[in-house]
Amino acid sequence: MVEAPPSVSLSGALVKRRGKTILGPLDLTLAASGFTIVLGPNGAGKTTLLKVLHGVDRLSEGAVTWSVPDAQARESQAYVFQSPIMLRRSVRQNLAYPLQLLGEDKASIAAKVADWAQRIGLEDALDRPAPRLSGGERQKLALGRALIRNPQVLFLDEPCANLDGRSTREIEALLKAAQQAGTRIIMTTHDLGQARRLATDLVFLLRGALHEQGRAPAFFTAPRTAEAKAFLEGDIVE
Amino acid sequence: MNEIWAGIQAAFRLIFSLDADLVEITLRSLQVSLTALVVASVIALPFGTWLAIRRFRYRRATIATLNALMGLPPVVVGLIVYLLLSRSGPFGVMGLLFTPTAMIIAQVIIITPLIASITHQAMRELWAEYHDLLISLNTTKRQRIATLIWDGRRTLLTAALAGFGRAIGEVGAIMIVGGNIDHATRVLTTAIALETGKGDFALALGLGFVLIALALLVNFAIHALSRTEREGTW
Ligand SMILES: Nc1ncnc2c1ncn2[C@@H]1O[C@H](COP(=O)(O)OP(=O)(O)O)[C@@H](O)[C@H]1O
Ligand SMILES: [Mg+2]
Repeated sequence: MVEAPPSVSLSGALVKRRGKTILGPLDLTLAASGFTIVLGPNGAGKTTLLKVLHGVDRLSEGAVTWSVPDAQARESQAYVFQSPIMLRRSVRQNLAYPLQLLGEDKASIAAKVADWAQRIGLEDALDRPAPRLSGGERQKLALGRALIRNPQVLFLDEPCANLDGRSTREIEALLKAAQQAGTRIIMTTHDLGQARRLATDLVFLLRGALHEQGRAPAFFTAPRTAEAKAFLEGDIVE
Repeated sequence: MNEIWAGIQAAFRLIFSLDADLVEITLRSLQVSLTALVVASVIALPFGTWLAIRRFRYRRATIATLNALMGLPPVVVGLIVYLLLSRSGPFGVMGLLFTPTAMIIAQVIIITPLIASITHQAMRELWAEYHDLLISLNTTKRQRIATLIWDGRRTLLTAALAGFGRAIGEVGAIMIVGGNIDHATRVLTTAIALETGKGDFALALGLGFVLIALALLVNFAIHALSRTEREGTW
């Protein structure tokens, strides 16, 4: 990756579904680098925020602006959905798929697939049907399939929800490696421990509103809003 | 009772001696219904897929029409095709009435809505499953359709088989437009109807067994396909 990842801003962003506001209005800028964790309880609007940033969901009002032209921004992004979407194909074909779309040649695809299968620990499962993998394996496959295009920006929506400790650790290791390789990561979670382990900066959402945004140690040690403080202390915040 | 028993024995003799009439009629049946299947599939598979992923103004109405067409009584289809192809009808000059082509046309009209409807259902499900991923990966429209058709190929084959099963067993429409002419338009179902009427149970039963075998084969194939789909062996 030669180019630096782009930064992104939301201005006056508002998402309405069936007449109800589920996100915003909010103004938010995310820098071009780092590991941003979007934190908040269930229903806070984390998934909506991520999808809007990635462009798979539309804003009702306002705008998303990347520091590069839209088409270029989309090409350099990858997204891992909350419940991983497995193509009804083998693990090998799932990994190859994003590269095939780009028309890469077979030899290069095979090499990358072998490499990534190794990294996600599925090298012995290459010919198994992806929809029949375990939850942890699916999540790793979805992550490998997202990273195989070497994206500049990676979105992840609660990648470790419902996973056991071992799978969570493996995924976090893959994410740290990707971050080290220069990928900018934006990830949601409602797991505070995970946020502490991974985040360089945080966005705290509650009921569709942005309550706080800050750098990692400061946010955890000295939250500025009462809601963030309550959430960090483990109170039930809805 | 004796007569029926004798009929069954004679039927098996016809089948195992590869009786010329029986073979001719069976092959014509296969030729007509397979041709109808190919034509109907070429129309129905892309159309059903397109209906599943494309949003347009009269989508609901189109789907409702499709489902209504699926329920068309074959005899009525036969009547309409007859009127269209008869000497005084709009396509009368083509001289197609009482030819295998007329029977193919009728069967295409009968099975296209069925295949399109099953395709639409299956593709809508698959599209709902894949939608976010395909959008996220910036796929072109062509790539989306290709992915859906490839990953839904088993269901599409099932739809086609269901269409074939319906075509090969259909009698009312092709009797009207084909006329059940010996050595020209006589097929399994119309021959069975005729021979039964004449009291020649041997040939009727022999043809009946062939028809049952074909129908069973189609159903086994559908069953096997749905099992590979369920077990994810691919
Ligand atoms: N398509 C939709 N229609 C109606 N309400 C929705 C839709 N999508 C999300 N919501 C609602 O918007 C709120 C935020 O959802 P979401 O972004 O999924 O939250 P989170 O990911 O933080 O759990 C929730 O209350 C949810 O029920
Ligand atoms: Mg969510």
